[in-house]
Amino acid sequence: MDLNRFTRKSDTEWWIQPTGKMRVPGVIFATEQLVQEMDDKVYEQVSNVATLPGIVKASFAMPDAHWGYGFPIGGVAAFDPDQGGIISAGGVGFDVSCGVRTLTTGLTLGEIALYKEQLAHTLSRAIPAGVGSTGRLHLDDEQMTAMLRGGAQWAVHQGYGHVQDLERIEEHGRMSGAKPEHVSPQARKRMRDEVGTLGSGNHYLELQLVAEVYDDQKAAAFGIRANDVVVSIHCGSRGLGHQIGTEFLREMAQAAPSYNIELPDRELACAPIRSPLGERYLGAMRAAINCALANRQVLTHLTRQAFEEIFPDAEVNLLYDVSHNTCKLESHQVDGHKADLFVHRKGATRAFGPQMPELPEAYSHAGQPVLIGGTMGTASYILAGTAESEGKAFSSACHGAGRSMSRHAATKQWSGRRLVDELAQQGIIVKSPSLRGVAEEAPGAYKDVNAVVDATDEAHLAHKVAKLLPLVVIKG
Amino acid sequence: MADMGVRGIGPSHEAAFEEAALAMCATITDPALIRPDILVEVDCDATEDEFLLVDWLNALICEMSSRRMIFSKFKVTISGGHLHGQAWGEVADPQRHHPAVEIKGATLTELKVSRSPEGIWTAQCVVDV
Repeated sequence: MDLNRFTRKSDTEWWIQPTGKMRVPGVIFATEQLVQEMDDKVYEQVSNVATLPGIVKASFAMPDAHWGYGFPIGGVAAFDPDQGGIISAGGVGFDVSCGVRTLTTGLTLGEIALYKEQLAHTLSRAIPAGVGSTGRLHLDDEQMTAMLRGGAQWAVHQGYGHVQDLERIEEHGRMSGAKPEHVSPQARKRMRDEVGTLGSGNHYLELQLVAEVYDDQKAAAFGIRANDVVVSIHCGSRGLGHQIGTEFLREMAQAAPSYNIELPDRELACAPIRSPLGERYLGAMRAAINCALANRQVLTHLTRQAFEEIFPDAEVNLLYDVSHNTCKLESHQVDGHKADLFVHRKGATRAFGPQMPELPEAYSHAGQPVLIGGTMGTASYILAGTAESEGKAFSSACHGAGRSMSRHAATKQWSGRRLVDELAQQGIIVKSPSLRGVAEEAPGAYKDVNAVVDATDEAHLAHKVAKLLPLVVIKG
Repeated sequence: MADMGVRGIGPSHEAAFEEAALAMCATITDPALIRPDILVEVDCDATEDEFLLVDWLNALICEMSSRRMIFSKFKVTISGGHLHGQAWGEVADPQRHHPAVEIKGATLTELKVSRSPEGIWTAQCVVDV
């Protein structure tokens, strides 16, 4: 993008001044280079979001921002229900509550070195992944309703995981206000056999090495040290969330004129928070958040069982679980006053700073763990929320590297077989049922995650704590 | 950009919708690998052609997802805003089909249904994968 289109507030803060129907400015947090590399669609989409009713402060984009449906991926926008604020299915995304959770294993690289291949094999057998895969659970309608209401708490009560896991999950594992009655029969049908499945595309389970620690104190609070081995799981609400996104996007796009909402792009489909449609979506979307939390909880249980086969004494503990496609009601400071806002984060991670009451006690001084996924051949990161982030973008940070190339272009450039072999030479074992899927997810098809994370740190959106490198990758 | 554009082109409204469905399934795997053994029927209603296309593709996505199937052959009839679709395919077999992605949904992005002056129909949109 042309930098002359922005007002530069700092090395990492670029403002789009309000013009036309924009109600607030647009703000992109990124380095000069990352802004230059972003396509013009990001500028347009950030500006479009700024036109929506009830938006507060600004329409924000994180350093990994790229083109999305209506809202950019990496977009953050908060809406005030008292000011006619809206809720948008396009502002949450199709994969509701897609997120990352990281587990510590208490094991070091030296301790797993001889068992890496065995671990890869055991994990690939234990974790249902890929198109058409089904989980161990097969829910009837009553069980589905209980899962949609209870989230990870439901999963733990079913025997999938420990009660202690729950405090290490946003919303303590259960999003309140879920309304399973607003989840359609089609969405339920799609989810019937999918709880505890990874999915495909960019979703993964990775065994990772803590390759570098940047902040010893915060790393200690999170229970990690250099050379430790951790597990990260990236997935979401599976078919149920996709169906909810699909249905409400269509309904909101058609209903917008009846609410006198002018949409510069149909994908910005939205409804007033205080409207029957807005409330219905909110209830269904919160149920989908619970679905994602339950899904990652069951996958955690399967991971623990796989570890137990090889390391019976290993203590696999949940470090934290973040969702990066959500809309949540949160209290924030706006012009010196507390306001209850509906914060959309689409491809953006909540990043609460120290002392926030929502954090588990163990992380109260360190801040919220912010888990950033990379690609199968590049680094992932653990950051911590900062106090400054609240004043920046409602305590939000990036979510990953972000694609720089389409799937089609990636398959033209890389062969899945060759990629798997090259990664093996680097010591990374990739297990996937689809070589084409591997090619589409080639590390080279993504932006440089290191640059994204450095910009996030530099902009004080979140603080770098540790760098993780992949050892074993289970892909769908 | 976790997405793919799909476009169906045909001599009729219905043919373009059938081709769009085939293009969508080709994002999962090569349709030539899919045996058209099992028939699934869907019905959709919409007052606008463009929403009818999105509804048709999303109905197929929902059926593929809940039945663990992949489709490779389609037949569409459209009359007065009502679409009746037939899709043939088989249950996904990772060993034989090597499916690359599952499709999350058909979107409103680049959504267009049009007829050229020569009478050629185009039906297109972006699908999220």
